[in-house]
Amino acid sequence: MEKIINVTLKVWRQAGPKASGKFETYKLDNVSTDSSFLEMMDVLNEKLIGERKEPIAFDHDCREGICGMCSMFINGHPHGPDGEITTCQLHMRAFKDGETITIEPWRSAAFPVIKDLMVSRGAFDEIIQAGGFVSVNTGGVPDGNAIAIGKDIADEAMDAATCIGCGACAAACKNGSAMLFVAAKVSQLALLPQGKVEAAHRAKVMVAKMDELGFGNCTNTGACEAECPKNVSISHIARLNREFLSAKFRD
Amino acid sequence: MAKNEESTVVEASKIDARIPAGPLAEKWSNYKAHQKLVNPSNKRRLDVIVVGTGLAGASAAASMAEMGFNVKSFCIQDSPRRAHSIAAQGGINAAKNYQNDGDSVYRLFYDTIKGGDYRAREANVYRLAEVSSGIIDQCVAQGVPFAREYGGLLDNRSFGGAQVSRTFYAKGQTGQQLLLGAYSALSRQVGKGAVKLYSRYEMLDVVVIDGRARGIIARNLVSGKIERFFAHAVVVGSGGYGNAFFLSTNAMTSNASAAIQMYKKGAYFANPAYAQIHPTCVPVHGESQSKLTLMSESLRNDGRIWTPKRKEDAEAIRAGKLKAADLKEEDRDYYLERRYPAFGNLVPRDVASRAAKERCDAGFGVGNTGLAVYLDFSAAIERLGEDLVRARYGNLFQMYEKIVDENPYKTPMMIYPAIHYTMGGIWVDYELQTSVKGLFCIGEANFSDHGANRLGASALMQGLADGYFVLPYTIQNYLADQIQVPRMSTELPEFEQAEKDVNDKIKKLLSIQGKKSVDSLHRELGLIMWDFVGMGRNKAGLEIALEKIKEVRKEFWSNVYIPGKQDDMNNELEKALRVADFIEIGDLMARDALQREESCGGHFREEYQTPEGEALRNDEEFSFASCWKFNGDGVDPILLKEALDYEFIHRQQRNYKA
Repeated sequence: MEKIINVTLKVWRQAGPKASGKFETYKLDNVSTDSSFLEMMDVLNEKLIGERKEPIAFDHDCREGICGMCSMFINGHPHGPDGEITTCQLHMRAFKDGETITIEPWRSAAFPVIKDLMVSRGAFDEIIQAGGFVSVNTGGVPDGNAIAIGKDIADEAMDAATCIGCGACAAACKNGSAMLFVAAKVSQLALLPQGKVEAAHRAKVMVAKMDELGFGNCTNTGACEAECPKNVSISHIARLNREFLSAKFRD
Repeated sequence: MAKNEESTVVEASKIDARIPAGPLAEKWSNYKAHQKLVNPSNKRRLDVIVVGTGLAGASAAASMAEMGFNVKSFCIQDSPRRAHSIAAQGGINAAKNYQNDGDSVYRLFYDTIKGGDYRAREANVYRLAEVSSGIIDQCVAQGVPFAREYGGLLDNRSFGGAQVSRTFYAKGQTGQQLLLGAYSALSRQVGKGAVKLYSRYEMLDVVVIDGRARGIIARNLVSGKIERFFAHAVVVGSGGYGNAFFLSTNAMTSNASAAIQMYKKGAYFANPAYAQIHPTCVPVHGESQSKLTLMSESLRNDGRIWTPKRKEDAEAIRAGKLKAADLKEEDRDYYLERRYPAFGNLVPRDVASRAAKERCDAGFGVGNTGLAVYLDFSAAIERLGEDLVRARYGNLFQMYEKIVDENPYKTPMMIYPAIHYTMGGIWVDYELQTSVKGLFCIGEANFSDHGANRLGASALMQGLADGYFVLPYTIQNYLADQIQVPRMSTELPEFEQAEKDVNDKIKKLLSIQGKKSVDSLHRELGLIMWDFVGMGRNKAGLEIALEKIKEVRKEFWSNVYIPGKQDDMNNELEKALRVADFIEIGDLMARDALQREESCGGHFREEYQTPEGEALRNDEEFSFASCWKFNGDGVDPILLKEALDYEFIHRQQRNYKA
C-alpha cells in the first residue's frame, strides 16, 4: 500500500568533467512510496527549479529498465539496494521514512563524469566497435531456419544478450573491470553458429580494446554479477577466457 | 484553394506518391529492376546524414555504409544502443509461414491493411510484407537469439489482428535484441570509419538549399554548442510523437522536434490524428508519474481480460473491501471474449483499448482510481503450469511486480490503455522521400504503412524494412543524380541562416524567465491531449482542445522558466525546445481529428459509430491521407489530400466478431 515518507538526499554535484565535485544535501518531504526513484528525483528537480536553482543532471530515458541509460550509485550500490533492477525501476518503497540516501555517479576510471550524476560510457561503444558483432552485410544471408540451433544454446545466448550496457558491472568492480560486459557479448556470439566463426578473434580484439581504454583486470570477486540488473552470469567470463586463450594459442 | 464547411483551408493540388505501375506483387521488383543505382566509386563521394539510431536509423546507416556511402549518424542518447526501439517487447512479424498455418505475403499484407482500417497505401504495405522474411534471416545472421523450438527451429507466437502465428520473438525483449543487432552492424561500420557517429546530439533544423535538403543544424547536448553538418541527402528516423501526451510509453527523450522542423521546411505532416492507444499498460499511480510502462501485447496470448460483472463488486474492489481472486467465475465479465468471439482477447489494439475505456466509463473499472481492468493468468497457469508461464513472460511479470508491488502469478495484473505509438508522421512517397527533395523519413517518424492503426509486432518489422531493405535502394534513385554535386561548405548563407534561427529561438526561450517549469507546462498539454484528443474524440471536445492548446502555447512562450545557460549542458533547455514542438504537434493532431469526420482505427469520433459501438468509416468522403502543409508561424496550415485508391482489395467494415 502507498505510504508517504520524508527523505534526506546527499547528492554528488559536479559542474563539469574538470570541475571538482562535492555532496549537497537536500530534504524532500511527502514522497509517495509508489513513486519510482527517478520520479522522486523529478520532484526534487522541480523543487530546485522553483527555487531558481540548477536541477541535478542525471541520465535516464526509457524508464522501464531496458535502455541502460540510467545509472547512479545509490547507498553504495549501482542501481540501488534492490536486486535485479535498474535505477529507473527502483521504487521509493525500498526506503524508510526519515532515511538518508546517498547518490553518486558511477565511479570508474573509464567512465568520466560529464555533469553531476551523468558519466560518459562511450568506452563501451568503442569495445563493441572493435569486434562485438558478426561480420555480415545486409542481404545475401541464408534462411533463418537453415541452421538449427538447440533451444538450450539459444536460451543461453539470450541470457548473455540480455546485457543492457549500463556499466553497473564496471562501476561495482573494485578494479573497474569491464569483463562481464565484454564476456556477455563474446559469449552470446560464441554460442551461436553464426558468431562462432569469429569467436576467438572477437575475444582478442575486444579484450585488447578494453585494456587500452583503462578498464582494470578481473580478479573474480563476483561483484559484477551481484550488481548486474539483468543477472548476467559470470560463467560467461569463463567462456570469454576460453576464446581468448584459443586466440592466443593461434598467435 | 477551397474552403470546406469548417475553417480548414483545403488545397486541391494532387499529391503524387509515385507508386510504380503494374500488378501489386510485381511493383517492388519492377521498381528495383529499373531504378537508378550509384556505382561504387561514386558512393565514396556522397555523404548521407541519418538522424536517429533506432531500428530504422541504425539499420539504414549500417546498410548504406556497407554499400560505400559516407554516413554521419546522429543519436540523442549517449549510445545508439539506447534508442527507444529497445523497449519493444513482444515480437516482429514476418510472412515466413514456418508454422504451416496458412500465412503468406498476401495474408500479412491483407491483415496489415485491414488492421489499419483501410487507411494505408496498398503498394507500400505489400512491399513491407514482401521484405518481412528477409528481416528475420538478416537478424539471425547477426546473432539475434530468437526463441527456438526443441528441434532447433525458430518459434512463433500470435499477436492481435491475425489468425496465424507469424510473430518471431526473443523472450519479452525482442526490440532490444533486434536493436542490438542493428547497433552491432552500425558499430562495425563506425569501427571501419564508414560511419561517423555523433552521440548526445540533437537535430534542431534541416538546411534546405535550392529546394533540396543539404544538411542539418544540431546541438551538442554536452557542450551546448550549435554545429552545422552537410550531406547530399538527409534521412530522419527520429521516432513518433506520442510524448505530446506527456504520459506515454515513449522514452523521456522521444520527441517530435525533428519532424516539426522538417514540416516547417516544407515536408507535409500526414495523418497526425492517428495515434495508437495501447490497451495493456500499467495504470497511472499518482501525480508524480513521469511515464507509463507497457505490458507486452503478447500477454494477451494467455491472459484473459475481465472486469466484475456487477457494479457493486467493482465498487467494493475499488474501496479495498474485495479482492479480484474473491470473485467467482460467473461474476466476471470477460468482455472481449463476450463481444468478439472470433478474436477474443486478441482483437487489435484500438478495439481492445476502447472496450476497456467503455467498461471503466460505465463504472466497472477496478484499482483505486477505477481506471483499470484485470489481465488474468490464472487459467493459463492452471493449463500450462507456472513454469511455462514464467518461461514465456517471466521478465514482464517481474517488471510488473517491481512497479506495482503485487505478484501477478497470484493476483491478476491491472492494466489500462495509454498512448504508445503514432501511425501519423511525415508524409513520404513510395521511395520514402518527403515533399522536400533529398529529405527522407523512415520508421515510426513517417506515416507510411500502418494506416489508422498499427498491428502488434509490425513496428519492428516496418523500422527494419525501411532501414535494411527499402531506403538503401530508393535513396540511390535520388543520389544517382547527385554524383556531380561537390561537398558544400557549411559557411553557405543557408547554413548561416538556419543556425541563426536556432540561436534566436534558444535566446528567446532563455530570456522569458517566467514562473512555470517546462514539465508543468508539458503536463498541462498532456492533459488536454488525453481528455480531448485521446481514445474518444468529438467535435466540441476537439474545438475546446484547439482553444486550450492555444492558451498553453501563449503561456509557454511568455511564462516558462529555464535555468542555466545555452552553451552548457542544459536539460531544461532541451526539454523546452521539445515541448515547444509538442505544442505544435498537439495542435496538428486536434486539427486533423476535427476534419476527419469518421471513425477509423485509432481515430474514434464518438459521433461516428455503429449501433454496437464500433468505428464507422466513411470511405466516400475520407478515403485519403491528410497531408498538412506549413503555412507560416501563427497561420493555419493547409490541408492537402492524397487519395487512397484501393485497386486490389475490397474494403469492408472491420469485423473481429466472427
